Amino acid sequence: MNLSEFFAMGGYGFYVWGSYGVTALCLIVEVALLMRRKRTLLQRLGRMSRVTSTEVKNEIQT
Amino acid sequence: MAKKINWFKYSSPQTFYPLAGKMIPWFAVAALLFTLPGLYFSFFVAPPDYQQGEAYRIMFIHVPAAWMSMFIYMVMAGYAGMGLVLNSRLSSMMASALAPTGAMFTFLALWTGSLWGKPMWGAWWVWDARLTSELILLFLYIGFMSLYAAIDEPRRAARASAVLALVGVVNIPIIYFSVKWWNTLHQGSSITASKGPTMAASMFIAMMLMAMAFWMYTIAVALMRVRCEILERERHAEWVAEAMRGAK
Repeated sequence: MNLSEFFAMGGYGFYVWGSYGVTALCLIVEVALLMRRKRTLLQRLGRMSRVTSTEVKNEIQT
Repeated sequence: MAKKINWFKYSSPQTFYPLAGKMIPWFAVAALLFTLPGLYFSFFVAPPDYQQGEAYRIMFIHVPAAWMSMFIYMVMAGYAGMGLVLNSRLSSMMASALAPTGAMFTFLALWTGSLWGKPMWGAWWVWDARLTSELILLFLYIGFMSLYAAIDEPRRAARASAVLALVGVVNIPIIYFSVKWWNTLHQGSSITASKGPTMAASMFIAMMLMAMAFWMYTIAVALMRVRCEILERERHAEWVAEAMRGAK
C-alpha cells in the first residue's frame, strides 16, 4: 500500500479523513482552551493576591 | 485495627484541587498510550470491510464517541443528583465540568455518523429514531449548560440544572434501544451482551482501544476543567489566596 492509496481510502478519503480530522481538531482545541482558561485565571488571581498583600504591608507600615 | 479512611475528605474542593492536579498527567499519558495503538489497529491491522470497503473505518471513532456521549451524560446526571441530595459543592462542579466534553462527543457522534451515512445511505441526515434521540441528547447538554450559566447564584444554578439533567436521563435508554424498538435505517448494535461482538477480532480491538483512549481523555479534561471551576468559585477563600502566595 503506497501513501496516496492510503489517503484515498478506497475512494472514501473525504468521509474518513473528515471524521478523523474534525475529531482530532475538537480534542486539541478543547485542551488548548482549557490551558488558556487556567493561565488567565492564575494571572488574575496572582494580581489579586499581590494587591491584597501590598495592602496588608501598607497597613502594617502606617 | 485498620486505619479508617475519611472518604469525605476528598469531597472538599480544597483537598480535591491538588489531588486532581496530580492525576491529570497520568490520565493524559494513558489517553496517548491508548490512542497510538488504537489508530494503528484502526488503519493498519483491521482489514477492509467486505461490504463497505475502507469507509467503515469511521466506526472506530463513531461508536466510541457515541458511547461516550451516553456514558458522560449518566455520570454527569449522577454527580448532579448527588449535588442535589447531599448539597455537596464538588459534585455540582464535577457535573458542570463534564457537560462540555459530553456535548462535544455527542456532536462528534453526529458529525462522524453524518459522514458515514452519506456514502452508505446516500443521505447526510435522516429523521430516524437513533439519530433524532442523539440530537435530543445534544440539546439536553446545551440546555444543562445554558441553564447553569443563566442563574447567577451558583447553588441555585446547580439545583435547577441538576433537575434538568435527571429528567433528561430518560433519553439514554431511548437512544440505546431505539434500533430495537423502531425500524431504523441505523444498523443495530455490533456488540450485544448475549452474542458478544459480531465482527473480526482486530476490528473489536481497534474499537475498544479508541473507547479507552476517549475515556482517559475525558477524565483528564474533566479534571482540568473542574480545577478551573474550583479556582473561580473559591477565589475569595483563604486557601486560594495562600496557595497563590506560595506559588510566587
